[in-house]
Amino acid sequence: MNAPETVKSLAAKLAAGEASAVELAQDYLAKIRAANPAINAYVETNEDATLAEARAADALRAEGRAGPLTGVPLAHKDIFCQTGWHARCGSKMLESFAAPYDAGLIERSRAAGLVTLGRTNMDEFAMGSTNESSFYGAVRNPWNTGHVPGGSSGGSAAAIAAGLAPAASGTDTGGSIRQPAAFCGISGIKPTYGIVSRWGMIAYASSLDQGGPMARTAEDCALLLNTFAGFDERDSTSLQRPAEDYTRALAQPLAGLRIGLPKEFFGDGMADDVRAAVDAALATFRSLGAVTVDVSLPRAGMSVPAYYVIAPAEASSNLSRYDGVRYGYRAPEYGNLDDMYVKTRAQGFGAEVKRRILIGAYVLSHGYYDAYYLQAQKVRRLIAQDYEAAFAQCDLIMGPTTPNTAYRIGQNDEDPMAMYLGDIYTTSVNLAGLPGMSIPAGFGAGGLPVGLQIVGRWFDEARMLGAAHQFQQTTDWHLRIPG
Amino acid sequence: MSLTDQEVRHVAKLARIELPDAELERTRSHLNTMLGLIEQLQAIDTTGVEPMAHATELVLRLREDRVTEPDRRDACQAVAPAVENGLYLVPKVIE
Repeated sequence: MNAPETVKSLAAKLAAGEASAVELAQDYLAKIRAANPAINAYVETNEDATLAEARAADALRAEGRAGPLTGVPLAHKDIFCQTGWHARCGSKMLESFAAPYDAGLIERSRAAGLVTLGRTNMDEFAMGSTNESSFYGAVRNPWNTGHVPGGSSGGSAAAIAAGLAPAASGTDTGGSIRQPAAFCGISGIKPTYGIVSRWGMIAYASSLDQGGPMARTAEDCALLLNTFAGFDERDSTSLQRPAEDYTRALAQPLAGLRIGLPKEFFGDGMADDVRAAVDAALATFRSLGAVTVDVSLPRAGMSVPAYYVIAPAEASSNLSRYDGVRYGYRAPEYGNLDDMYVKTRAQGFGAEVKRRILIGAYVLSHGYYDAYYLQAQKVRRLIAQDYEAAFAQCDLIMGPTTPNTAYRIGQNDEDPMAMYLGDIYTTSVNLAGLPGMSIPAGFGAGGLPVGLQIVGRWFDEARMLGAAHQFQQTTDWHLRIPG
Repeated sequence: MSLTDQEVRHVAKLARIELPDAELERTRSHLNTMLGLIEQLQAIDTTGVEPMAHATELVLRLREDRVTEPDRRDACQAVAPAVENGLYLVPKVIE
């Protein structure tokens, strides 16, 4: 079996003149045509646009102006505004929407000469952990098409796992990069909040949303983070910091690295197959010279409740813009202005989005603001303080990304609560604004992938990526492909 | 606590989402389940804790007072449901 292509291997082929950007794009487009109908990872392809980008990349190379990633193909989550493409965000509300401008991440991707293969499916407005809330149909997990790929960046994760893209962009509000990466057996990193521009990234919960790369390897994630990260004055929360090379610690040995294991992440909720894979991964880290120390995040259990106040509250405000006036769907029949609003929103939003808008409106409403919203914000600070205290004893925190492997399709239809609680290990990282990643750690029952979560201090992405890369030098979980 | 039908209707009105009677019971049940989840926060003692509104303790930047955005009205209005003469069309609001 040949090792699957990576961003790094494709960049090397392009640099050596062994393949052109057009040839790589054509190769992936053929694979997408053949395999996408079965998994529904892409919601839009545009071969003319892809090949035009590829020809431009080849022309840059011919002129000697190629950057390290020029001509490498990737997919973009359908949440990033991108001229020439739709940005439907998994919603009927934006079925007709094609953005008249590029998101900050897209601008950076274009400037690096990366070639867009297509736009990947997602939970509607990034609200979900299964990809089943997409108006454009559920995505299937390439490891077992009876299971979900996770969400909300499930299309991106499934495309990579199925070999339909070497890498993709994703976004993560409560685990939406890490959880699908875990369910599909790939790598993905949610950077520190403020590192990657949110300009042109369709908003769900603005104080938590963060874009980042998804790929097969940690090294590819580092290469792509070098492209995606950087200050953007149009995003008021973008951080003004000197540029970093996120590949700088890849070769660093792990001797002496202190890995914190929060006891709250290793409790009863975790399935046996996940525990076995995570324990084995931690043993590998110890064999590489790292030491594990017990730490505690006492309020971690409150992260899902706090998340389900804060994220819906911000969503109810953010999604008020979809009123059928300036863009998107408008109900075909209505009476007065208010009737137009309520019908447009009732018809344009799916059930999960409506639920979150309604609970968000409730927790912000008169008489409940202090009890719910303000209390959740206070608990958010306690959760962030727990992480600060834990990081006094360790360099990185590790644990399972999810308590279980991928759900069966339809498993959570009647009871979304199980799906919400499945985000127990990921949401606290967004609340604290910390960087978090997931890497493949093996396989559980039924051959479904298990993810290992790595959480770092603020701005410690390079160390996380380095530890993940060292792990991937001695394991091959990240190179396995569905049979 | 749990939401009454009347409270669910009120929240739907605040959120500008039409809620047909046929969907009321199911919506109320789902919202009450979510409320049950977030009620757990009440058990945490947060006396003296400053609310954390954001992931980073940012101070808003100031920028130079100059025009940075070009006029792209046509491009922006091309994606609107109903436009005429550069104006967005909505139902009559003033009789």
